[in-house]
Amino acid sequence: MPDLGPHAAFIWAAYGVTLVAVAALVLFIVTDDRHQRRLLAELERQGVTRRSAKTATAKTSTVKPAASAKPKPASAKAPRARKPKA
Amino acid sequence: MWNLANPTRFLSIADRIIPWLAGLTFLLLGIGLYLAFFVAPPDYQQGETVKIMFVHVPCAWLAMFGYTLIAIASIGSLVWRHPLADVAAKTAAPIGATFTFVALVTGSLWGKPMWGTYWVWDARLTSMLVLFLLYLGLIALWQSIEEPGRAGRAAAILAIVGFINVPIIHFSVNWWNTLHQPASIFRAGGPTIDPSLLTPLFVMAAGFTLLFVLLHLLAMRAEILRRRVHALRQMHVERAAAA
Repeated sequence: MPDLGPHAAFIWAAYGVTLVAVAALVLFIVTDDRHQRRLLAELERQGVTRRSAKTATAKTSTVKPAASAKPKPASAKAPRARKPKA
Repeated sequence: MWNLANPTRFLSIADRIIPWLAGLTFLLLGIGLYLAFFVAPPDYQQGETVKIMFVHVPCAWLAMFGYTLIAIASIGSLVWRHPLADVAAKTAAPIGATFTFVALVTGSLWGKPMWGTYWVWDARLTSMLVLFLLYLGLIALWQSIEEPGRAGRAAAILAIVGFINVPIIHFSVNWWNTLHQPASIFRAGGPTIDPSLLTPLFVMAAGFTLLFVLLHLLAMRAEILRRRVHALRQMHVERAAAA
């Protein structure tokens, strides 16, 4: 370790305060991040999910839609007839 | 840019960036500390106490950078009502407050051996203390209003009004008599610091800046997830009441 001279205590104190303050901030943020992830995972396990998440699941799912789901009118699905090229 | 501003897209990008950013931050701070303690020579006037500069100056820069970020995000939040702007402003406050606190304490510890006092009520030190109080005020405002939208709007107004303090901090050493030295790095005639001290300072500043960005991304991710948890719980209660 280098010799920090007569004011070594001030230098070490400055680096010590920085280390403690930054470490406390990192700990606070990382703990909060993990806590929120855990809460979200718990809610999803209970079946509480966002609408967009459900849509994404339905798009990839092979399960047939529920019987109550209204089928779209045929006209909405039918592709537009193209004009023949001249 | 607008794709990035989508919270889901932001989360996916943040998840990919965070590990790399963490690695680069540790690397830069490690190199910076090595240069500061084993390579940088003592200053001809200040001796070894100049080593305090390698943490004090980057933290002071980031204290002002953090508040500028909050002010810009607050404009985004007020004008476009974008939830990510609000999240960015809210989560930058505790990080900025910590860097301001470190700048104040390390400056005080540097002042005692150099000026003979820990504290003077001069323009630079007082305006930095005002910045710290502004950060605390913003955090308190966000904590005291439960509805995030209302809290965000109130905090955004305070943040924009309080931004006037940032140029005051920067120019205080030129406008008023102070014990604090004038600008010695970003000045018209170039830096007045020797490269042997400037290089470790820039490496440490880069490391601390990446640390700020890393912590901000982590905090933003946590805040987005908190809002999702809040919304899902509310939805769950509403569904249960309707059933």
